[in-house]
Amino acid sequence: MIETLIRGLGNGSVYALLALGFVIIYKATRVISFAQPSFMIAGAVAVSYLAEITGFYLAVVLAALLVAGVALVIERIAIRPMIGRPVFVIAIISLGVDVVVRVVANGFIGTDVRQVGDPWGFSLVTLGGVTIQQRWIAMFVAAAVLVGLLFLFFRHTRYGLAMRAAAFDQETALAQGVSVGMVFALSWGLAGGLAAIAGTFVGTGQGVDQLTWIIALKALPAIIVGGLDSLGGAVIGGLAIGVVESLAQSYQGDVAPWLGQNFAVVTPYVVMLVVLLVRPYGLFGTPEVERV
Amino acid sequence: MLEVRNLEVVYDDVMLVLRGVSLRVPEGSVVALLGANGAGKTTLLRALSGLLDVHDGVVTKGSVTLDGEPIHGLRPAQVVRRGISQVMEGRRILAELTVEENLRVGAHTAPRALAANLDRVYGLFPVLRSRRRSVSGYLSGGEQQMLALGRALMAGPRYLLLDEPSLGLAPALVRQIKDLVVEINKQGVTVLLVEQNARMALSIAAHGYVLETGKVVMDRPAAELLSDEDIREFYLGLGAEGAAKSFREVKHYKRRKRWLS
Ligand SMILES: Nc1ncnc2c1ncn2[C@@H]1O[C@H](COP(=O)(O)OP(=O)(O)O)[C@@H](O)[C@H]1O
Ligand SMILES: [Mg+2]
Repeated sequence: MIETLIRGLGNGSVYALLALGFVIIYKATRVISFAQPSFMIAGAVAVSYLAEITGFYLAVVLAALLVAGVALVIERIAIRPMIGRPVFVIAIISLGVDVVVRVVANGFIGTDVRQVGDPWGFSLVTLGGVTIQQRWIAMFVAAAVLVGLLFLFFRHTRYGLAMRAAAFDQETALAQGVSVGMVFALSWGLAGGLAAIAGTFVGTGQGVDQLTWIIALKALPAIIVGGLDSLGGAVIGGLAIGVVESLAQSYQGDVAPWLGQNFAVVTPYVVMLVVLLVRPYGLFGTPEVERV
Repeated sequence: MLEVRNLEVVYDDVMLVLRGVSLRVPEGSVVALLGANGAGKTTLLRALSGLLDVHDGVVTKGSVTLDGEPIHGLRPAQVVRRGISQVMEGRRILAELTVEENLRVGAHTAPRALAANLDRVYGLFPVLRSRRRSVSGYLSGGEQQMLALGRALMAGPRYLLLDEPSLGLAPALVRQIKDLVVEINKQGVTVLLVEQNARMALSIAAHGYVLETGKVVMDRPAAELLSDEDIREFYLGLGAEGAAKSFREVKHYKRRKRWLS
């Protein structure tokens, strides 16, 4: 049971990091970006190459910066010129960005599985009689540190405050001398960096192949559960999705065998639908947020 | 000196809202800009602060210059960096942020002077210091107006554009805001004060302009405007008998005025 929960929190941490990127972009630009899966894969691939040269930890930092830079440039050339167009047009463009970036990343993956060079693999650790994979702990700790850093960033730094101001009232932010273009770019950069780190942790143990990106789709139920415009909601939503999925993997076969063999795969979407029925704007979202 | 010359502004490519407005705000002064709702006062401030863009407005003619240099067409951030800060109509507090966070957003273009400007603002508005950690959405209307003023001062502006700071405030608070504007001006900040409360504005301004449907219809020293019978009657709402006039009479008056001019 505890093992199941920790696995859920580990995987959920990855969903949370991806979901945070969606929410940060949404709050800053009112657009849902579907480019997150490609940034996740790009990050994992970058680490898989860089780790051979610099070692794993430095590689993660470099890959996050690299993908953040790529995301920034993409925002500037593909998204910013579209500002003012209908929101769904921009969402479609982000889908196009996703495909292009993934095709490029796939070129670097090839047909094999690429290892990210992480120190954990599938190694186990026994704590108080519970045997768990080390990488789950690593995922959770990494996510906790990143969430803490983000909190500090939004609470205390000049750019973090500028982003919150622009998210709340763009004209007021402009009147204080905040450049909204800077806020847009920063939101994409942050989302890209977070996705890259999430991708790295997805790749721990199992490595990455051309289909790994599908995992990023689970961030969508996470943001729907947490609320499109709530950073805290993204974290809680991501963890909740991870835990529910993990519970289903462990127990659904015994508790509800009639649901079939692979039910755990769809549990994130089931949770999402249930939440949508009870609270259409998510557990922590603002009621008037429109759905795309 | 902040100078507007023959300014024309169009919204959405079709709506001509300012029709050749000229106005001068000499350094160190308080200048009042009066006029009824819809006259174009807010639009004029937007043209000064670079916020027209957000509203699909453009300057189609004329110029805005700061010390002789044209500034219309600059982005809002550049205008703030040149020393012009606007307090928008309706205060526009960032309600989810705390008082101090609002002030720090105001300091976005002047991070080095943050501590000094915070001290100065808290000195002017002690109530903000005592509520610095409160979520600003819970402040009263008067406190929110002070926060809006304080936030604009955090950029260390030379010019302050105030859009109806007395709107919706009780008389005692209006007096307080008035005194604060005087104090801010004494500290060396030039003020362009947009008001519908003409009496309040003229009592602290050196010079006043009256805007009507996008045109300056009067441009006089504040003292003259205050004693002008028409102004007393139709902008201060005080007739000879001291009673407020109805809106219909004001409209009738305006129509008459248009025929005469
Ligand atoms: N964003 C906008 N788009 C179109 N018309 C506008 C816009 N903002 C204001 N107007 C129009 O411009 C005129 C002047 O408005 P405004 O400058 O807000 O006047 P005031 O501040 O004096 O009340 C009004 O007729 C108003 O309807
Ligand atoms: Mg107005």
